[in-house]
Amino acid sequence: MYKIGLIVNPIAGMGGRVGLKGTDGRKILQKAKSLGAISFSPKRASAALKPLSIIQDNLKLITCPGDMGENEAISCGFVPDIINGIKSKETTFADTQKAARILQDRGVDLLLFAGGDGTARDIYVAIGTTLPVIGIPTGVKIHSAVFASSPSRAGELSLLYLQKKVHKLREVEVMDIDEQAFRNGIVKARLFGYLKIPYERRYIQGGKLGSSPSEEIIQKAIAEDIIESMDNDFLYIIGPGTTTRAIMQRLSLSCTLLGIDAVYKKEVIGLDLSERELLKLVNKEKAKLIITPIGGQGYIFGRGNQQLSPQVIRKVKRENIIIIATYNKIVSLKGSPLLVDTGDLSLDRELSGYVQIVTNYHERTVYRVKF
Amino acid sequence: MKTKLRNYHAVCWDEPIIYELNRNGERAILVPEVDKKITETVGDGISSIPKSMRRKNAPQLPALSQPQVLRHFLRLSQETLGMDFNIDIGQGTCTMKYSPKIHEQFASSEKVAEMHPYQDESTSQGLLEIMYKTEQLFKEISGLDRFSLHPGGGSHGIYAISSLIYAYFKSRGEEDKRDEIITTIFSHPSDAAAPKVQGYKIIIIYPDDNGCPDIEALKKVVSERTAALLITNPEDTGIYNSKIAEFAKIVHDSGGLCGYDQANANGLLGITRAKEANFDLTFFNLHKTFSSPHGCGGPASGIVGVTNKLAKFLPVPVVDYDKKNNKYFLDYDRPDSIGKVKDFYGVIPVILRAYAWIMSLGAEGLREVSNVAILNNNYIMKKLLELRGVSMAFPEHKHRIEQVRYSWEKLTKETGIDTEDIQRRIFDFGTHYWTSHEPWLIPQPFTIEPSESYSKDDIDEFVAILGQIVKEAYEEPKKLKDAPHKSSVHHIDHDVLDDPAKWAITWRAYKKKYNGYFQRK
Amino acid sequence: MNSKKIVYPYIPNSEPQVQKEMLQEIGVNSINELFSDIPEKLLLHKKMNLPKPFLSECELKRHVESILLKNSTCKENINFLGAGCWQHYVPAVVDEVIHRSEFLTAYAGEPYEDHGRFQAGFEYASMMGDMLEMDVVSIPTYDWSQAASTSLRMSCRITGRNEVIVSKIINPNRLLVIKNYCNPNVNVVMLDFDSKTGLADINDLEKKISNKTAGVYIENPSYLGSIESNGAKLSEIIHKAGALFLVGVDPSSLGVLTPPINYGADIVCGDLQPLGIHMNYGGGVAGFIATRDEKEFVSEYPSRLFGIAPTENGEWGFGDVMWERTSFANRESSKEFVGTAAALWGIAASVYLAVMGPEGMQELGKGIIQRSLYAQKEIGKIKGVKVPVFQAANYSEFVVDFNNSGKNIKEVNKALLKKGIFGGKDLSKDFPQFGQSALYCVTEIHTKEDIDKLVFALKEVF
Repeated sequence: MYKIGLIVNPIAGMGGRVGLKGTDGRKILQKAKSLGAISFSPKRASAALKPLSIIQDNLKLITCPGDMGENEAISCGFVPDIINGIKSKETTFADTQKAARILQDRGVDLLLFAGGDGTARDIYVAIGTTLPVIGIPTGVKIHSAVFASSPSRAGELSLLYLQKKVHKLREVEVMDIDEQAFRNGIVKARLFGYLKIPYERRYIQGGKLGSSPSEEIIQKAIAEDIIESMDNDFLYIIGPGTTTRAIMQRLSLSCTLLGIDAVYKKEVIGLDLSERELLKLVNKEKAKLIITPIGGQGYIFGRGNQQLSPQVIRKVKRENIIIIATYNKIVSLKGSPLLVDTGDLSLDRELSGYVQIVTNYHERTVYRVKF
Repeated sequence: MKTKLRNYHAVCWDEPIIYELNRNGERAILVPEVDKKITETVGDGISSIPKSMRRKNAPQLPALSQPQVLRHFLRLSQETLGMDFNIDIGQGTCTMKYSPKIHEQFASSEKVAEMHPYQDESTSQGLLEIMYKTEQLFKEISGLDRFSLHPGGGSHGIYAISSLIYAYFKSRGEEDKRDEIITTIFSHPSDAAAPKVQGYKIIIIYPDDNGCPDIEALKKVVSERTAALLITNPEDTGIYNSKIAEFAKIVHDSGGLCGYDQANANGLLGITRAKEANFDLTFFNLHKTFSSPHGCGGPASGIVGVTNKLAKFLPVPVVDYDKKNNKYFLDYDRPDSIGKVKDFYGVIPVILRAYAWIMSLGAEGLREVSNVAILNNNYIMKKLLELRGVSMAFPEHKHRIEQVRYSWEKLTKETGIDTEDIQRRIFDFGTHYWTSHEPWLIPQPFTIEPSESYSKDDIDEFVAILGQIVKEAYEEPKKLKDAPHKSSVHHIDHDVLDDPAKWAITWRAYKKKYNGYFQRK
Repeated sequence: MNSKKIVYPYIPNSEPQVQKEMLQEIGVNSINELFSDIPEKLLLHKKMNLPKPFLSECELKRHVESILLKNSTCKENINFLGAGCWQHYVPAVVDEVIHRSEFLTAYAGEPYEDHGRFQAGFEYASMMGDMLEMDVVSIPTYDWSQAASTSLRMSCRITGRNEVIVSKIINPNRLLVIKNYCNPNVNVVMLDFDSKTGLADINDLEKKISNKTAGVYIENPSYLGSIESNGAKLSEIIHKAGALFLVGVDPSSLGVLTPPINYGADIVCGDLQPLGIHMNYGGGVAGFIATRDEKEFVSEYPSRLFGIAPTENGEWGFGDVMWERTSFANRESSKEFVGTAAALWGIAASVYLAVMGPEGMQELGKGIIQRSLYAQKEIGKIKGVKVPVFQAANYSEFVVDFNNSGKNIKEVNKALLKKGIFGGKDLSKDFPQFGQSALYCVTEIHTKEDIDKLVFALKEVF
């Protein structure tokens, strides 16, 4: 018997159709409704459930009442279990978080949620990486890699995961875009957290006749490579991300997944450092900077690691910047270059060109960086 | 002629595992008895073995009679789709071409099969002559100066090349300095994996927008640390890198060597060679381009060719000819050799088949092989690109040599059917289909290589099969999702294969974990 | 003169009319337009200088056979050579099965349309597993030397160490392969042997083993024929140091010799050639590697491993065993490489073991030892010839010492050759400590008369 949890954010996506970017906040939601926006998140959620109907008899679907999941499930022919303690109308982000925690307690194999980045953040706050999740894209701001490419693809991936035809999990970034700035045309993205999603084996490194190692193994291999070549004369600034975290784990050091840490002679000398603290450090010591692309578009600077300001980067110098990434990450870029957006256009220009990314132990990939 | 689709069904014997056919005491062959006199003289033999080394329990092999053994394996053979049976153009990069049956007569002749490698050379002049002459043929085909016939496959050839590169730089005292090998993402994965065994660091180059390895990227990474460039050309996309000679120059200018992976040589015979592109090392797959059958995955051969400056490092022995005495001989007197990469001298039956194949075609014939391989590929390319939902990797780059990597990305977006669904459905039409090496840079890939062995009608039939499958993708997707329908077995449940507690690589392991049919113990 | 274009039997579309049709459909005038990606300066503008071809099959056959006729085979002579390639009887059923087009020409299909190939592969692993009493057996690799080399590297990955100890009683050519494969990251230390027994020197092992040792590799029987008797002691020393015990075997001996797992072996390797594969001048070799069914070992195989799986209709299905490689050692991050190797020889071995069955394999081993003992006894009677050389038991091979015979091995073998006999391998260069000695091999194909002929011929030499 498979067990799936379903949470639908009924208001996600309402802003986009009427020219608003997102529906955060009551005021924006009211404005959207007044502009005639209709909720179509539920419809997309239903599209995701359709592929699962072939295992209907073997599937226990647990969801929230009303338009947070119950209606969509019933419309697809499911007989869902409804969890208690959630409102059935006029639901808020608190309900999303509560529902996620309840579903976690109920021991679901997988949590399907329909919404946007905001919903993803709520799920993260509630359950972190304790459950595998798949996002059904419905909102306007779909920046996070936790979302499948389409609602039906979300359903298909869920089916493959439940049937164990796909079983590897990886952690993907959940981004937080400054809504206000976004509405004014400025993209300011912060790395908010990580969620665990199933991903298809074919998109990871391996050979034709051998079995492919997982993301985790490659990250360990990259960490091994970095540590092997660590120079005791340098300060190492470790950027956010799971790939960089692997280095800290290999050295048995504590670290901040979302923040920037500093290491010297293989010991921690600072955690979750601010721009000011970083500047202080790099002005004193010569430093190397280890970073990994954050978010789905392949930004190495400018999304999720803004503490690395142009001044910090300039002090470190281009030749001391080490970029690491699993091959999986590179493939997900689909041939598009890595991007930089430091806020300083001339620095962006300097940083662009070809870089050698560490993609495995004793292996580098040459890739383009653009601004 | 409109191509009619055949109503194929795979052979379906539902054959038990051979152990289930066991009948204690049955014999499939009787072993020659030892002469009574010998037993009288030396006893039972077993007593001479130290007690701790004697086998206590009989091996738990199945016991069957001869007809039953034969029947069992022949049934399994019927459930295997050999190249001889199908329009095997879906196994791209494998170069599934016709293996002439006359070669089997040569390879299984007693004059080959009953030869021991350490026989006095006067008794093996025939095979030594074949080996020597094969080397001469490949010298001309590649333009290079000396060959080793030793490696047992393509990846093995790459490994041998890595060893030669290492030896070359060691002889110049540069082996520590030159520790990097450059390759490309669309070269064969072993171009990266094999040199790692030798201790090299690998640098991988990505293609540019035109689908060729990015030459600007190469310029950025070549340095005095570069030992070599190892590159497959054309790559698995089927694109020929027209700047290959510039690539070689850039690497040579920095003091590095250039190794040409010729796994995809079928479209180049007599058209262009490693020599003209100025490469120092190369290898050929004799079980691909040179017709030796694939044997379910070997035996194979990956002979390695080098320029004169690297010849002294080749594995021992090489085969040489003593003109004065008209004798072929094995030359072990090579003090700079890397030693050996393979037992004995190479995979002789495979080498013999390649020799016979080349001798049956000659220079014009080899050229025709490649001409037609290219013609067939471009013909099918045109037809496949007319199918709905198909696109070509790097579509702006119009030309391909002997194979093409395609993508079903559009079809997947429109129908939800992916390349693996199509793969399972194509088995219902009696043919193979291969996607791509991993990682899948090209989404929803498939790779088609119609070597010169297929007729126009064959190719039309394959296109019609895919056309039918495309139609079903748009109109009856469930048929694909549930495929295959006409195979030897139904949908395989892979669940048990990922869990150490559940997997079984041998029957004895299976019996330890399960009763009956997958009933956990 | 009208030179008609040749239409080749292996190239259907070499027929000019169909070429025209296809070019038309593509929309070009000539094939040359199709490879315009190849720059002019790289094109070969002359015809390759290859010998004139034999276009008719009849002439080709005559040509090739005329060359092969220059060979004198082990069927036409009596062969006593072993040393890594052995003459055993190949049952007709084995050849029948591996000559089937289906098996001969298949390659890399899926477990659906190539179901038979997968089942044959699983049965190969299973029967080898029974001979070795081990639960995991890899698909065949190139040869024994590759199997030994990979086993050594596996031991490095598993233990995280990078030094290995290898027995000196090994075919020097095998050692060359191992050394090259271990170069430069794995340090190879040689293990001495006891010149009285021809077995691994325990004292030397205790001296050389350390906490840097990943694995210790011996062969049993050894290259010079001795059957190891100190298995348990070796295992104790090796495991105490935290290293792995690697043993290379001739699988045909396992009908009568105990599988190495019973004296503590962790990784077992060897060659499949004795199991139903013709010698093919050294081209019939295929290596195997076997271990226990533990994830630390399973995750270190470079090759694919196939497992048995259920299907939705209750049939036997097969697929890749996909274990996430969780182990990760410092220097050995790469799991070597994987490529086409020797699968068909695995199927041959599978059929051979099925044909021989448990009784056949036991009788085979027993008969070989008896014949070998007889040969040793009779040869030992010849004046000036010493055999056995070692105080140890033998399987099929043994060393014959000719130092007091007045002739060197070259001369002996030359004389034997004149009589239609291939004498044992000359060891004088590879093992100079034994002087003029040769390695003789006796198997089930030798009759008493064959052995008597050898003895008679040797007598005549001196």
